[in-house]
Amino acid sequence: MTQQFYVSPEQLMKDRADFARKGIARGRSVVVVSCADGIAFVAENPSPSLHKIGEIYDKIGFAAVGKYNEFESLRQAGVRYADVRGYSYDREDVTARGLASVYAQSLGAVFTAEQKPFEVELAVAEVGLSQADDHLYRLTFDGSIADENGFVVMGGLAEQVADVVRAGWESELDLAAAMRLAVKALATDKEVDALPPTAVEVAVLDRGSESSRGSRRAFRRLGAEDITQLLAEEA
Amino acid sequence: MQDPSARHLATQATSSFTEHLQRSRPELLPFGQALPAGTVPPTPHATTIVALSYAGGVLMAGDRRATMGNVIASRHIEKVFPADQFSVLGIAGTAGLAIDITRLFQVELEHYEKIEGTLLSLDGKANRLGAMIRGNLPMAMQGLAVVPLFAGFDTVMGVGRLFSYDVTGGRYEEQEHHSVGSGSVFARGALKKLWRPNLPEEEAIAVAVEALYDAADDDSATGGPDAVRQLWPVVYTVNRAGNRRIPERDLAAIAEEIVESRTVARREA
Repeated sequence: MTQQFYVSPEQLMKDRADFARKGIARGRSVVVVSCADGIAFVAENPSPSLHKIGEIYDKIGFAAVGKYNEFESLRQAGVRYADVRGYSYDREDVTARGLASVYAQSLGAVFTAEQKPFEVELAVAEVGLSQADDHLYRLTFDGSIADENGFVVMGGLAEQVADVVRAGWESELDLAAAMRLAVKALATDKEVDALPPTAVEVAVLDRGSESSRGSRRAFRRLGAEDITQLLAEEA
Repeated sequence: MQDPSARHLATQATSSFTEHLQRSRPELLPFGQALPAGTVPPTPHATTIVALSYAGGVLMAGDRRATMGNVIASRHIEKVFPADQFSVLGIAGTAGLAIDITRLFQVELEHYEKIEGTLLSLDGKANRLGAMIRGNLPMAMQGLAVVPLFAGFDTVMGVGRLFSYDVTGGRYEEQEHHSVGSGSVFARGALKKLWRPNLPEEEAIAVAVEALYDAADDDSATGGPDAVRQLWPVVYTVNRAGNRRIPERDLAAIAEEIVESRTVARREA
């Protein structure tokens, strides 16, 4: 039988956290911005089919960075949680807060109990009737949960990207302006001024989806044409 | 040969909400419950639904009455629902179960769309509904049958299509028009005379409302247009642009026109 070396709990947790942080920083960033028209999700993602942004429920969206297989399984679990809850209670009883706390519990459990922690960071956003009712939650690999105000930046060189967003963000931004700000921020560590529309994945939770599209489902994925058009609009 | 964990993952991965419920929360399913011995007390029954194709799509209409034996259980019940963006379903039979099956079916389609990132094909949707009705067969044998009618726009083929079902979940594609429920015989007779190929949308709506009028005329369980309470049939159209509920005021105008033309004709039927 091999001898187990003693590792202090502090060291064990630190090693796990460092491992997860490294994995997340290797990826590309995602920006989630609350604006006048709703909540915009912008991710640097060259793949048109492997999404980092997804719909969870009527007013709730999801964005993630890190390992695709891990956050994809979390996204699917979130959709299942929301659909079961909405089916057994009522659609309006599904909230981002409830979902975020379930995510926090599973991430926390995996961080302490499993072989390796999830190398992911998640954002859960819920669009409200007014901007004051918007909810943005950031969830990290160890199960920590933070209620963010205005915007969330995750993955890659998150600090640098967040600085650009923080400098340009104001609550009155419309969707096009919020998208331009996010795309500009995502390009901070690149040689270029702005990313081409094909290199970004964009989705939006429309604030007025009932009145503008007649749909209670606020989530809408933007195609390359819509993105080009919105980015081209001059403020 | 797969290793056990991979096999476990493969069996857990499902895009179907119903399968997920069967595994984790079977008590939430409307069917599949073991009923105790004895007879089921009277329950509200939903009645007549008509559906027909027209130029560019299909439409479905249902009256507003639910009956419980000889009593009118509801004058306001709605029996036609949007299933997703490109399909609608109408239900006849035990109202309580039918409404829950409708809710389950709506979540089933939305769930698949969210998990897979793409819409289910129209045939796929029709098959899922058939599987649910088959799941309800034990209840049907206790007298709690649910019979739906399903209509949708096939975005690949570019046509509106219509499916009927039996209590065993058998799925049959219908041509031109179809109706289910207690007044369906009379509605069908009316549709045979009123329907013609490539009806424009407004005329098609009027045909559906008139078929329901004829059903209500001869079937006591079907409600006709109710001018006192301002209750009109529920009508949904489905075409390339998706489904649309016809506004109340349009239906009121159509229903009043039908009543007026029949009054003017001064005939028995």
